Amino acid sequence: MGYHAGEFDVIIVGAGHAGCEAALASARMGCSTLLLTISLDSVAFMPCNPSIGGPAKGHVVREIDALGGEMAKNIDKTYIQMRMLNTGKGPAVHALRAQADKVLYQNTMRQTIESTDNLVLRQSIADQLIIENGICKGVITHTGAEYRGKAVVLTTGTYLRGKIIIGDLQYESGPNNMKPSVKLSHHLKELGLELVRFKTGTPPRVYGSTIDYDKTEIQPGDQAPRAFSFETTEYNIDEQLPCWLTYTNEETHQVINSNLHRAPMFSGVIEGTGPRYCPSIEDKIVRFSDKPRHQIFLEPEGRSTDEVYVQGLSTSMPEEVQIKILRSVKGLEKVVMMRPGYAIEYDAVVPTQLWPNLEMKNIPGLFTAGQLNGTSGYEEAAGQGLLAGINAARKVQGKESLILDRSQAYLGVLIDDLVTKGTNEPYRLLTSRAEYRLLLRHDNADLRLTDIGYEMGLINEERYQKFIAKRNSIEIEKERLKSEKIGPRTDVQDLLRNVGSKELDNAVDLFTLLKRPEVTYKHIEQLAPAPVKVSEEVAEQVEIQVKYEGYIRKQMQDVERLKKMEKKRLPMDLDYLNIHGLAKEARQKLDQVKPLSIGQASRISGVTPADISVLLVFLADKKG
Amino acid sequence: MKQRYDLIYKYVYFYRFNYVETYFESNQLPFCEPIQSVTDWRAKKSLQQSHFLSYPDVLKARPKGGKRQSNLIVGEELARFDLQIRLFFFMNFLSSMVFYIFRKRFNNRQFCVVKIMFDTIAAIATPPGEGGIAIIRISGSQAIHIVDKIYKGNLKLSTVDSHTIHYGHIVNNVGEVIDEVMVTVMKSPRTFTREDVVEVNCHGGLVSVQRVLEEVLCAGARLAEPGEFTKRAFLNGRIDLSQAEAVIDLIRAKTDRAMKVAMGQVQGKLSGGIEKIRNELLQLIAHIEVNIDYPEHDVEEVTRSLIIEKGDWIKDEITLLLRNSHQGKIMREGLSTAIVGRPNVGKSSLLNTLIQESKAIVTDIPGTTRDIIEEYVNVRGIPLRLIDTAGIRHTEDVVEKIGVKKSREVLDQADLILLLLNNAEPLTEEDMELLETIRNRKGIIVINKMDLPQKLDMTQLNNVAEEFPLVTMSIKNEKGIEVLEEAIAKLFFEGQLQSDDLTYVSNARHIQLLKEAKGSIEEASESCDHGLPVDMIAFDLRRCWELLGEITGETVSEDLLDQIFSRFCLGK
Ligand SMILES: Nc1nc2c(ncn2[C@@H]2O[C@H](COP(=O)(O)OP(=O)(O)OP(=O)(O)O)[C@@H](O)[C@H]2O)c(=O)[nH]1
Ligand SMILES: [Mg+2]
Repeated sequence: MGYHAGEFDVIIVGAGHAGCEAALASARMGCSTLLLTISLDSVAFMPCNPSIGGPAKGHVVREIDALGGEMAKNIDKTYIQMRMLNTGKGPAVHALRAQADKVLYQNTMRQTIESTDNLVLRQSIADQLIIENGICKGVITHTGAEYRGKAVVLTTGTYLRGKIIIGDLQYESGPNNMKPSVKLSHHLKELGLELVRFKTGTPPRVYGSTIDYDKTEIQPGDQAPRAFSFETTEYNIDEQLPCWLTYTNEETHQVINSNLHRAPMFSGVIEGTGPRYCPSIEDKIVRFSDKPRHQIFLEPEGRSTDEVYVQGLSTSMPEEVQIKILRSVKGLEKVVMMRPGYAIEYDAVVPTQLWPNLEMKNIPGLFTAGQLNGTSGYEEAAGQGLLAGINAARKVQGKESLILDRSQAYLGVLIDDLVTKGTNEPYRLLTSRAEYRLLLRHDNADLRLTDIGYEMGLINEERYQKFIAKRNSIEIEKERLKSEKIGPRTDVQDLLRNVGSKELDNAVDLFTLLKRPEVTYKHIEQLAPAPVKVSEEVAEQVEIQVKYEGYIRKQMQDVERLKKMEKKRLPMDLDYLNIHGLAKEARQKLDQVKPLSIGQASRISGVTPADISVLLVFLADKKG
Repeated sequence: MKQRYDLIYKYVYFYRFNYVETYFESNQLPFCEPIQSVTDWRAKKSLQQSHFLSYPDVLKARPKGGKRQSNLIVGEELARFDLQIRLFFFMNFLSSMVFYIFRKRFNNRQFCVVKIMFDTIAAIATPPGEGGIAIIRISGSQAIHIVDKIYKGNLKLSTVDSHTIHYGHIVNNVGEVIDEVMVTVMKSPRTFTREDVVEVNCHGGLVSVQRVLEEVLCAGARLAEPGEFTKRAFLNGRIDLSQAEAVIDLIRAKTDRAMKVAMGQVQGKLSGGIEKIRNELLQLIAHIEVNIDYPEHDVEEVTRSLIIEKGDWIKDEITLLLRNSHQGKIMREGLSTAIVGRPNVGKSSLLNTLIQESKAIVTDIPGTTRDIIEEYVNVRGIPLRLIDTAGIRHTEDVVEKIGVKKSREVLDQADLILLLLNNAEPLTEEDMELLETIRNRKGIIVINKMDLPQKLDMTQLNNVAEEFPLVTMSIKNEKGIEVLEEAIAKLFFEGQLQSDDLTYVSNARHIQLLKEAKGSIEEASESCDHGLPVDMIAFDLRRCWELLGEITGETVSEDLLDQIFSRFCLGK
C-alpha cells in the first residue's frame, strides 16, 4: 500500500551528474525540489574515468558554468591535475581537462546539494510514475511512497535494467555493482515509451603502489593557473598529481587474441550497441589488427586512495584474462588488480520522443536527461540535466522553455542532434559535430551564455556585474586598438624584425597590426599599452576576436542563415501525415520528430529540400 | 566625434522562395559607417554580433516616433543619392541575401542607408531548341538595375516606362558585344512574380544565350531554382490560393526532376572527379578532426606542408574539372567538332550543309581546303564549333603540308571527330591510319557519296571501326543529314538528353559551385601559409567539401564521423 509522502514542484529521479545539475538548478530557481537516489553513496559518482573535460566536453563544462550550473565549480575544487589540450591548434579547439579526485568530487557535490535551500535529497528507488490524464504528476517508490510533483525529471543513467557482463558472468546491476532500476524500465515501456538497449564499458583498476612507474612516461599537469568556472579564484598548481603513459605490446595482443572466444563482445552475449569512440581493448585489437601498440594512460582516482584507473583497457574479458592482459603491459608486470573491468548494458529512451526542451512529447510534465537519453559522458549528462532542470522549473513557473540553438552552445548541438536525429549508439560530443565551431569556443562560453544564466536566475548579481565589466573592457580595448595608431618607431621596427614580421612603412592602427600572424597582444601591450592594463582573460578575448575576425565573420554569415531557418516556426500540432505533396518518408519522419522550426525540419534525415519547399508553401498558404 | 545620421532601413528577409519585408525609417539613431565606427550600441550589436540585421533587431532598434513606411523605393532614391557603396554578397543553395550600406550627404544631413535585399533571380525561360529566340527572365527588386549594367541601348532601362520593349546589345565588362537583344521591362506589381521583371530576348542561339545568362549572374543575379518563378508568383499573391495544391505539385515535380537531371548529368566524368577530390578532402579533414578531438592519441599530427600539398592537388583537380567541365565549356564555346578525312571525301561539303551556307570552297580537286575553317552551328540544341580541315594525305606541296599538320593538331584537340570516308573508293592506308588515331576518342564515321557505286569494303571497315557509330550519307543528294545529327546528339548526351531548361540550369550551377569550392581551398592554403591555426583551416576545407557535395547531391550526414571512427583507433 502506498502512502502520501509529500508534494514538490519538481522531482528528480537519479543523483548522477545530470540529476545533481537538474536538482540544483530547479531549487535555485525557487522550486521546491526532491532529488531521489538509489544510494546516497552514489551522488555525483564517476563510475568510469576519473576525468572531466577535453575537446567539446570541456567546452560543455564552461557552458554549464556560464548558465549557472555546478560541475565547473565542483571540479575546480576537487581536481588533482589540469591540462590545456590542443594549445597548438587554434582557439576554437583549445580544451581544458581535469583529473578528478573522485571521492572528493562526490562529497563536495553532496555538500552543495545538502546545503541548498528548497532541495531534499532522499535515498529511494522510483518504481513508477504517477500519470493522470496523460500528464506526469509524480513518482511512486519501492517503499510505496507517493511523491507528487508538477514536473518529474528522470536522470537514471545506466541504471535502467542495467546488466554487468564480465566474461561468461552476467548479473543485473547498475554501474559499479549498484542496485539496478528494473521496475521503472518496464513501467516506461508500459507507458508506451520506446526504449533501446545500449552498452558501455570500463577498464580494470589497480593498486598504484604495484605499478613500476619507471617504465612509463610521466604526464604532469600544467604549471599555469587553470579553471573551468568564471568564479574560481584559487588555483592548486603545485600539488597536482601526474598521470602516466604506457603501451600495450605484442604479448598483450597475443593474450587477447587467444582468448577472443571468451570475449562477450564476440561470443554474442552482448546485445546492446556500444559506442564507436569507446571501444573495448579486444574490439580495438580485432578492428585495427595492424596497429602494433595502443596507448594506456594510468590515472590516479584520487588523493585518498591508491586506486589507479587504467585508461585504454576497457574490457569485458573474464577476470583472469584481464589480469593476464594487465600484466603483459610494460610497467604493470607485477600489478595487483583492485576491481575488474566490465561491460554494462542498459535501457535508454529513444530521444526523438522529446521536445527540444527535453520534455516527453507524449507525457507532458515528464523530462528526461543524461545517459538515459542515449548519451555518454559526465559532461553531456550534466549539461542536459541542467537544461532539463531549468525547463522543468520554468514549466512549473509558467515560463517559456529555454532552448539553445546550434550556434549558441555545444549544448544546443547536443540536444538538437538528440531530438532531431536520434542516435543509434551512445552519443558523444565531438567538436566536429558543431558546424559553428569557431564561434563555440571555450574561451567565450561566458560571453555566449552568462546573460541567459542571469535571466534564468542562476547567476548572482555580483558575478554578473563582474562579467559585464569584463565584456565592456573587451569592447573598450578593441575600440582603442582600432583608433590608436602606431608609427614606424625604432622600437616598433626592432620588435617586428625580431618576430619575423615586415617592418612598418607608415603608421597603422593597432588593430591592423595585431592581425599580423606574428604579432601577439603581448607585443601590442609592450609597444602601446592600454591606459589601464587589461586582465589576461580580456587580453585573450581581444586577441582572438581581432586575429580571427575574418573567420569569425564567415561563420557569422552561416549562423545568420541558420537563424533565418530557425525563425520559421512550425506549429507543434501540424498534421504532417496529411500534408499534400510531402514524400511518404518525410511525412513519417516529420510526424515523429515534430520539428519546431523549418531549420530543425531540414536537419531530419530523409527530409529533402523539396519537402522543405512544400512545407514553406503550406505555411504561406495557412497564413494567407 | 559622434555624427548624427538619418537612417533608413529596408529589411527583407529571405528564405528560399519565401520572404517578408519591412521598411523602417528614423532620424533619431546616431549611426555611422563603416561598421567599425558605429557607436550606437544597438546598431553595433546587430551589426557586429549578428553581422546582418535580423527582423527583430530592426524592430527593437526602432525608436519611438520612427515610422514604418512601405513602398519606399529605395533603389530609385539611392540612384539619386549617388552613393558610396559597400557590398557584402554571399550565396548558397538555401538562401542568399545582399547587404548594402550606402551613405550620402543629403540636404546637409548625413544619410546612412542600410539595405538588405531580397535577391534577384534569373534563368533561361525558354526550352532549348534549334536556334530561334531564347528568353532570359530576371525577377527581383534589382532586376532592372542588374540588366542596366550589361545593357547598351538608347535609353537606360531604369528610366523607361513599365511594360515596354527596347532594342539594344548586351555587352560584357570589357565592352564586347555578346548579343543583339530585345529587352522587356515590366515593373512591380503587374508582373508574373509581382516583382520587377526584365526579359531579355536573345537572338544568337544557345551559346550566346548562355553567355548572356552568365553576364546577368555576374552582374548580381542568382540562378533561379527550378520552379522558383512560379513559387514567387504564388507567395507574392499573384496566384490564387485555391491553386496552392497545383503549385505544390508543380514545384515538387520540378524540384525532383531537377534533382534527377542534375544527378544524371553529374554521373560520369564530373562526378567521378568530384568524388575523388571529396574522398581526398574527407581523409584530410578526418585526420585533422582526430587530431583535434583526440589530442592525446598517438595519431600522427597533420602538418602544414601536408595540408598545402593536398590543397594544391585539390585546387589543380578542381581547375581541371572546371576546364574540362565538358558541357559547361560547350555552353560557352561550343563542342569543338573536327571534320577530318582524306582529300576530296566531301568535308567542306559537309560543313556547308550543316551550316546551310556555302562558306567553304568545294571543288572536285583533292587538296582544295588548305587552312582550317571554323563555323558555329546549333545541332539539336547542342552548340557545335565545326572545324573543316585540309584533307590528310602525304604530300610534297609546301602549303598543303602545313595544312595537313594543322589538321592533325585540330584532330588532337577536338571534343568530337567526324571522320569522313568515301563510299566510292576502297579503304586506303591513310584511312586506316586515321581510324587508328581516333581510337578511344569520341567520333562518328561518316561514309559519304552513297549515291555512287560502292567500292568500300564494309566488312573490313566494321572490323577496324566497330566501336564507332556509323552514318552513311550522300551530301550531294542531301541524304543522311538527319541521321548524322541524331548520332551527334546521342553521343553527346549518351542517351540522356532531356529537352528542358534544367539541363542548362544545373550546368551553370555546377560551374558556380566548383568556382566557390576552388575559392575555399585557396583560402585554406592561404591561411596555412599565413600560419593560421588548424581549426580555421579545417573550416575552409570543410566548406570546400560541402560545396563539392552539393554538386553530386551528397549530404553532409555522418560521413565524417564514419571516416573518423573507421580509420583511426580511438577510445578510452
Ligand atoms: N557524288 C557525290 N559527290 C560528292 C558528295 N559530296 C561531295 N561531293 C563532291 O566531292 C568533291 C569534293 O568535295 P569537297 O567538299 O571539296 O571535299 P573535301 O573533303 O573538302 O576536299 P579537300 O578540301 O580537298 O580535302 C566535290 O566535287 C563535291 O561536289 C556526294 O555525296 N556524292
Ligand atoms: Mg575541303
